[in-house]
Amino acid sequence: MENNELMARAIVLGASALGAGTAMIAGIGPGIGEGYAVGKACESIGRQPESSGAVTRTMFIGCAVAESTGIYGLLVALLLMFANPFINKISG
Amino acid sequence: MEIGNLLRGSPDGIDVRGPGVLCSFDVFGVTINLTETVVISWGIILVVALLLNWITKDMKTKDISKKQVVAEWIVSTVYGLVDDTMGKHWHNFAPYIGALFTFSITGSLVSMLGLRSVTADFNAPLTWALVTFVLIHGTNIKTHGIGGYLKGYIDPVPVMLPINILSELATPVSMSLRHFGNVVSGMVITSLLYFALSAVTKSIGVAFMTIGIPAVASLYFDLFSGFMQAFVFIMLTMAYISNADGRNEE
Repeated sequence: MENNELMARAIVLGASALGAGTAMIAGIGPGIGEGYAVGKACESIGRQPESSGAVTRTMFIGCAVAESTGIYGLLVALLLMFANPFINKISG
Repeated sequence: MEIGNLLRGSPDGIDVRGPGVLCSFDVFGVTINLTETVVISWGIILVVALLLNWITKDMKTKDISKKQVVAEWIVSTVYGLVDDTMGKHWHNFAPYIGALFTFSITGSLVSMLGLRSVTADFNAPLTWALVTFVLIHGTNIKTHGIGGYLKGYIDPVPVMLPINILSELATPVSMSLRHFGNVVSGMVITSLLYFALSAVTKSIGVAFMTIGIPAVASLYFDLFSGFMQAFVFIMLTMAYISNADGRNEE
């Protein structure tokens, strides 16, 4: 009985670690999106250097908004690593 | 040299916790926790208030002192930013934006003093986002009237009602989660880095790694990220609130 519970906990912990890693795949999307936004911002500053302040400000806001999906993935990963909600569901 | 230490990690594990509860008391059956965040926030409020009180003392119109120049620069910067982003008719809105920015950035930077960041507790950004949420809807009701406000929910077709409500509710959630996630990810990554480097130090025996690298990482995560998130938070607040008002559409 005790061994079974240990096994169950081990499976849950291992699967949670895998899940935390998998959740961070969400970082790909914001990375690509922000890179594209920054590239476009550089392009437009090169074309119109006098508007660099406004372009930079708008770009940072856009980056922050685009980042939120990545942040959600990160929060899921952090929950699985430090506040695992599944480990307490195992009852002996 | 034990490389095994690197893979095994330290027996203590990594220490990532929520804010500590200093004391808790019952008020009419509701447990109120006095957390680290609350105490540090009040400390920040006190220090900032005293600082501002000192900086604005003895204001003159002729041969002004250095601290008055600083005070005037802060005020004119905040007012200029609000005028640029929201338009001239939102001029009176600058104090709220300035207060939000100051609280957010000092709340993040307080981690450089070795205290726990206020913004690394989800309650703090959530509170600010809820204040902004109330302001957005208050502005909307003020400009469009209660009927026009309610009509906005069934704007294109009445079928859109649940989607519109959800998108309104998503605003404070995404704003607060973005701020919280950025700060707390910096905190976790710094502690993971510190943990890994101390394992390297333990296996090599020379403490050359733990000194420089975490400082650089904390410079990025605390200074740059803290500033960036405070800025993004106020910019989004201004954008949402001035969007709720129809006057900007010209």
